[in-house]
Amino acid sequence: MTDDVERVLADTFAQDWGRLVATLIRLTGDWDLAEECTQDAFAAALRTWRRDGIPDVPRAWLTTTARNRAIDRIRRERVGAEKVRSLVVPTDEPDLDAIASGIADDRLRLLFTCCHPALSLSSRVELALRTLCGLTTAEIARLFGVPEPTMAKRLVRTKHKIAVAGIPYQVPSADRLPERTPAVLAALYLMFTEGYAATAGPHLVRVDLCHEAIDLARVLTGLVPDDPEAAGLLALMLLQHARASARTGVDGVLVPLEEQDRTAWDHAAIDAGLAELRRAVRRERVGPYQLQALIAACHATAPTAAATDWVRIVGLYDELVAVLPSATVQVNRAVAVGMARGPQAGLDALAGTPDHPLSPAVRADLLRRLGRATEAAEAYREALTRTDNQAERAYLEGRLRT
Amino acid sequence: MQYLLLISADEDLAVTRMREGAFASFDTWITDLEQRGVLRAHVGLHESATATTVRLRDGEVLLTDGPFAEGREQVGGLAVVDCADLDEAVAIAAAHPAAAFGQVEVRPVRVS
Repeated sequence: MTDDVERVLADTFAQDWGRLVATLIRLTGDWDLAEECTQDAFAAALRTWRRDGIPDVPRAWLTTTARNRAIDRIRRERVGAEKVRSLVVPTDEPDLDAIASGIADDRLRLLFTCCHPALSLSSRVELALRTLCGLTTAEIARLFGVPEPTMAKRLVRTKHKIAVAGIPYQVPSADRLPERTPAVLAALYLMFTEGYAATAGPHLVRVDLCHEAIDLARVLTGLVPDDPEAAGLLALMLLQHARASARTGVDGVLVPLEEQDRTAWDHAAIDAGLAELRRAVRRERVGPYQLQALIAACHATAPTAAATDWVRIVGLYDELVAVLPSATVQVNRAVAVGMARGPQAGLDALAGTPDHPLSPAVRADLLRRLGRATEAAEAYREALTRTDNQAERAYLEGRLRT
Repeated sequence: MQYLLLISADEDLAVTRMREGAFASFDTWITDLEQRGVLRAHVGLHESATATTVRLRDGEVLLTDGPFAEGREQVGGLAVVDCADLDEAVAIAAAHPAAAFGQVEVRPVRVS
C-alpha cells in the first residue's frame, strides 16, 4: 500500500507537476504561492492517501487540495480580500473534467509566459525547468553551472519581471503565435539538449528532461499544427532521443554513433519522429529544426554506420550552415565532411570553424584516423579539459589509452 | 498598467530621418494612441547638446554641459501609455517611427 502511494505520487509528480503549477498560477496570479501550494498538496497526498487510499483521479485531488491551500494562505496572510473573492467565484473553479482530459492544458499558458521574448533565453529555460518540470533550484543551478544562491536570485528576478512588467499569463492570440513560437521552440530545444547531453554530472542523459521537452513540444504542435518548425523540432527530439539508451554503455561510458547497437534504438520513437518530419516538410518551409531532423533521420534510418549517407548529410549541413551558422553546426558539418570525404577533408573543414567545446575532440578523432597519433593524443588531452560530463570524460580517457 | 516609453536614437540619424518624412508616421502613431485613449503623457525633447546635468555634491550644486550619458544614442522623447499588458506596450513601442532606426525602452511605471 505504502509503495503504491509513493509510486503513484512519483508518477503524478513527473506527469502533472507542470500542469498543477500552471493551473494554480492561473487561479492565483502568484507564481511563488502556486509552487508552494503545489508542493504542499503533494506532501498532503502522501499522508492522506496512505490513510484513505489513492483517489480515482490523483491530479484532480491534488488540484483541489492545492487550490484550497492557496485560498487558506491568502486568507491568513490577509494580502487582500479581493484575491480570495476571485478565487472562490464559480467561474474560476478549476474545470476538473477538462483538466483530467488534458483539453484545457494550462501548461501552454505557462510555457508561453516563461518563454516570453522579453525574457532572456537562459531565464526562459531556467523558469520553465522550475515551474513546468519541477526541478529544484539546486538542480537547475547544477545544470547551468552556477552556485545555488545565484540561481535562486535569477529565478526571483525573472518572476519579478513577469509580475512587474505585466507579461500576460496567456497563450498569445492567433495573430501573434507565429512571432512568439520560435522563442518557445528555442527554450524547449535547450531543455532537451540539457537533458540529452547534461553539461555536468554522472549521467550523459537526463531522461526526465528529454521526456518533458518532447511532451511539451507535442502539446505545442497541437496548438500550431501549421508550423513546420514546431513539428520539425518534435521530430528532431524524437529521433535523437530514440538513440538515448544506446549512447552510454553499461559502465556509463559514452558510445559514439558508429559503435552504437542499432537494435537498441527505440524504433517506435524513430517511426513517430519520421512521421512528424514527413508532415513538417510537406509544408515546404524548411527551417533549422527540420534540417537537423532530416540529418537525424539519415542516421536513424541507416542500417549500419558504414551505410550512412554522409554525402546527403553534408548537403543538409550546407543548407543548415546557411540559415544557422553557429559554431556547433559548423563543427558538426566538419565531422560529416570527414566521414564523406575522408579525415583530411574533415580537418580542412574544421580549420575554418570558430572554436567550440567539441572542437578538440573532433580534431583528435580526425588526427587519429589519419594515423597522426601524437597530435591526436594532444588533442584528446585538450578535449578532456573542455568537458565535465563524466560519460564523455570516460570515453576520451579510453581513447587516450589506446 | 502604465509604461514609460523612452525613445532614443542616434541624434544625427534622427534629424535625417525626420527630414525624410518620419514625421508623417509619427503623426499616425500619436493619433492612433489618442483615439484609443491610451496616451497619458507625451513629450518631445530638444537635442541633447542643449541639456544641463545637475548634481549635488557636498552641498554644492554642480552643473555639466550636456546629457548625463555621453554618446551618439540619446533620448529624444518620452511617452506614458496605459495598456493591458506588456504585449500591448511592446506593440505601441514597435510602431513608433524611431524604433526603425533607434530603440524604445519600455519600463513599467511604479504604482504607489
